[in-house]
Amino acid sequence: MVTAERKPSLVVIQLSGGNDAMNTVVPYTNGIYHDSRKAIHLTEEHVLDLDGTLGLNPSMGPMKSIWDTGKMAIINGIGYPKPNRSHFRSMDIWHTAESDHIADSGWLGRTIRELDPDGNNVITGINFGRGLPRALHCKGVPVASVGNLETYGLMPDIADRMTRELAVDVFARMYGPDDTRDAVLQAIGETGMGAYLGADILRAAPKAYSSTVEYEAEVPIAQSLRDISQVMLAELGTRVFYTQHAGYDTHAGELENHAKLWHELSTAVNDFLADLEEHGRGDDAVVLIFSEFGRRIRDNGSGTDHGSGGVAFVLGNSVKGGFYGEYPSLEPGEQVEGDMRFNNDFRGTYATLLDQWMGIDPHTVLDGNYEQFDMIRR
Amino acid sequence: MVSKDVQLMAHLMRRAGFGTSRERLDELVDQGYDETVEQLLDAVDHPSRFTDNLIRRYHSEYSGMMGNQSAGANWMYRMVSTDAPLREKIGLMWHGMFATGYSKLANGKVLHDQIRMFERHGMGSFKNLLIELSKDPAMIVWLDNSENHNGAINENYGRELLELFSMGVGNYTEHDVKEAARAFTGWTIGNTEYMTLKSMRDSVWPYGRLSFHFQYKADDHDNGEKEFLGHRGNLNGEDIVDIICKQPAAAAFLSRHMYSFFVADEPPVPEWPYKPPRDQAAIDALSKVYFESDYNVTEMLRFLFKSDFFMSEDARYQRVKSPAELMAGVLRLTGEFDRPKIDMNPTHLQATYMGQWLLNPPSVEGWHWGTEWIDSGALVERVNFASERLGNLDSPGVRTIVDRILSGNSGTLTAEALVGSALEELSINVVSDKTRSALIDFAKAQLDQPAAAPASGSENGDAARKQVANVLKLVGATPEFQRA
Repeated sequence: MVTAERKPSLVVIQLSGGNDAMNTVVPYTNGIYHDSRKAIHLTEEHVLDLDGTLGLNPSMGPMKSIWDTGKMAIINGIGYPKPNRSHFRSMDIWHTAESDHIADSGWLGRTIRELDPDGNNVITGINFGRGLPRALHCKGVPVASVGNLETYGLMPDIADRMTRELAVDVFARMYGPDDTRDAVLQAIGETGMGAYLGADILRAAPKAYSSTVEYEAEVPIAQSLRDISQVMLAELGTRVFYTQHAGYDTHAGELENHAKLWHELSTAVNDFLADLEEHGRGDDAVVLIFSEFGRRIRDNGSGTDHGSGGVAFVLGNSVKGGFYGEYPSLEPGEQVEGDMRFNNDFRGTYATLLDQWMGIDPHTVLDGNYEQFDMIRR
Repeated sequence: MVSKDVQLMAHLMRRAGFGTSRERLDELVDQGYDETVEQLLDAVDHPSRFTDNLIRRYHSEYSGMMGNQSAGANWMYRMVSTDAPLREKIGLMWHGMFATGYSKLANGKVLHDQIRMFERHGMGSFKNLLIELSKDPAMIVWLDNSENHNGAINENYGRELLELFSMGVGNYTEHDVKEAARAFTGWTIGNTEYMTLKSMRDSVWPYGRLSFHFQYKADDHDNGEKEFLGHRGNLNGEDIVDIICKQPAAAAFLSRHMYSFFVADEPPVPEWPYKPPRDQAAIDALSKVYFESDYNVTEMLRFLFKSDFFMSEDARYQRVKSPAELMAGVLRLTGEFDRPKIDMNPTHLQATYMGQWLLNPPSVEGWHWGTEWIDSGALVERVNFASERLGNLDSPGVRTIVDRILSGNSGTLTAEALVGSALEELSINVVSDKTRSALIDFAKAQLDQPAAAPASGSENGDAARKQVANVLKLVGATPEFQRA
């Protein structure tokens, strides 16, 4: 059975579509902001003030409360050189941590390889969602992808419980060791047993779980974070958790849509941390929230188009709360083709989390030296 | 037990296409093996397929004109519905070999166009195909040939043309790479700066995108003397391709790709310099046909499908199905996409979940195949997809299969007979004792269920169908079903 020893876990939440950094952490005292965002600006009476010049989006109340306890880092001006405004390419850069060429493995896949070099635990890394994001991909590294923890596993479409149990048993027999088979079928068999065992281990998690925290129903990100909490609390040895929150491509109707997204996300993250705290596990997890890029400084009448320079968040009991990076200047001369100029490489944040939190030499995962923030309490 | 002729025909159809129904196999055996090979080689989809018109009118979501997903759904629909399966199948080979991806292009239309280019040119002369590839707008942007200028070369395309597309490492020098790049200066897309900027900057347009267009800019072409693989002269791109095609290394490289794709999995390409081919004689024989036929791919395929090394029982089930092959095979059997349906958009994404995001390979190296297709997450997706679809009695193809099994086993249906028929219907003719006995135990449990007890006619029939469908599900979940 897997280890019950407590080790630091990393929870990564990807905001898909390009989160608008300027309407997330709002420079509400800046005249250029209000001039550029005629249709969708947020004013002083709405934002949740952080320091007299910056304020959170009004829908981020639950995260503001985390900020107030000093457990939330806001990394302003995060990005990489030569910004790419294609969703796919930019996300790929964040996933692989390679901005100059197309790489073949993801930074978290490489992280999992460092954590469990022999692949002893098939659920050291788990993605909550369908299909494996590139961030988790690495040759020879088993990673589970869980759409829904309640139904996760083999042949979930078989409605009849007895039939399904029998079918899964038959699956395990078919994929079990058989030395009469050729090497390829044996390899497929071993992978099948890994999948079967992973599903078997994970099946226990929801049963063992109880909590007074009520995550929002019908909100996928809330349910994913609840699934993550269940697996973390079951102490199955999982160290890297990944999930996505989609819909941030706010070309239109931004005020309303963006607020809804951040309400969902900040509520879910706050519930998640409270859930861990309730079970005495608040010290064991750090959450990273990132997006592939920010958006244009000037709005387009109802939303914003793809830009550069973004914001990331790191949260948890072990996080030294506060601002990191610089809030990019909005002065016309400082803009990059109408966007905010990045001032810290996202790989510096990756290096910080790997080194200070996960205890992994960043060089085993990242190609190059990146300046770290002093962000984690040790 | 299935006759040897049927087994051989099933093998041909799994490899030269995406498999076919057991019913169709009998017809093909009657018509003969050689005749079937000829049909596969000759078949072309009608240029104005009725369904193409339906897609353009009613299914813009996969017209191929929009983003990556619409182009991918379009291709999957084509694989499932085509009457010329070999053309789509070899398109998958070229897509893996000349891997071009949405991640950089952000333009589904040019990728769609590239796949259609494979359909038009992918079974003719390899030389012609390489020239078309060098002019392909998606490829030009993907490998930066639009940045390859007279006096300021960008080696990306020149290098990959030699390394990944035609000869493999070890058969050329760094000098050859530079000279090839020089020869391809001026091979670019029209309005280059505007088009590349566009692809970097904007998001998906509601009505699709402008396609890029090839343009040869004579004033940006390096007309100086070049030396490439021992040939000297004012070489242009066509000359480079011509010289490449004459190399024994090119013949061996293409032959090994074709062997791996149609006969038996070879290791992934990066291992080729260090691992000899599984069957050197087969590679040599294919190379000979390559030169004798003026690099003609159809002639190579004709030779391959009629060769002993292909027809031999040793070649059966020696390939791991790629996600696209597995999906297209299942969906052709279930018949659920007998016409364009909106459900193809979410359905084709299943290949992505299984590790093959069509039109968005992980890099220019394409996907690694064989057992590398199957990691634990991918296997769960493969098993769940195949078992769900193959056991769904709402699909016309599944109903046909189930009724064939029931009517072919009149009297008492034994578990052994049920499993035997189900394996045969899903084109699995070789199965381990372990798999068979597990399936038989499952079938027994199905047949013993009280639902099989006599009831009124149709209900009883439905219960019996359900039992058979459940066994089909499990056959779709076998380790054997992962291979073709």
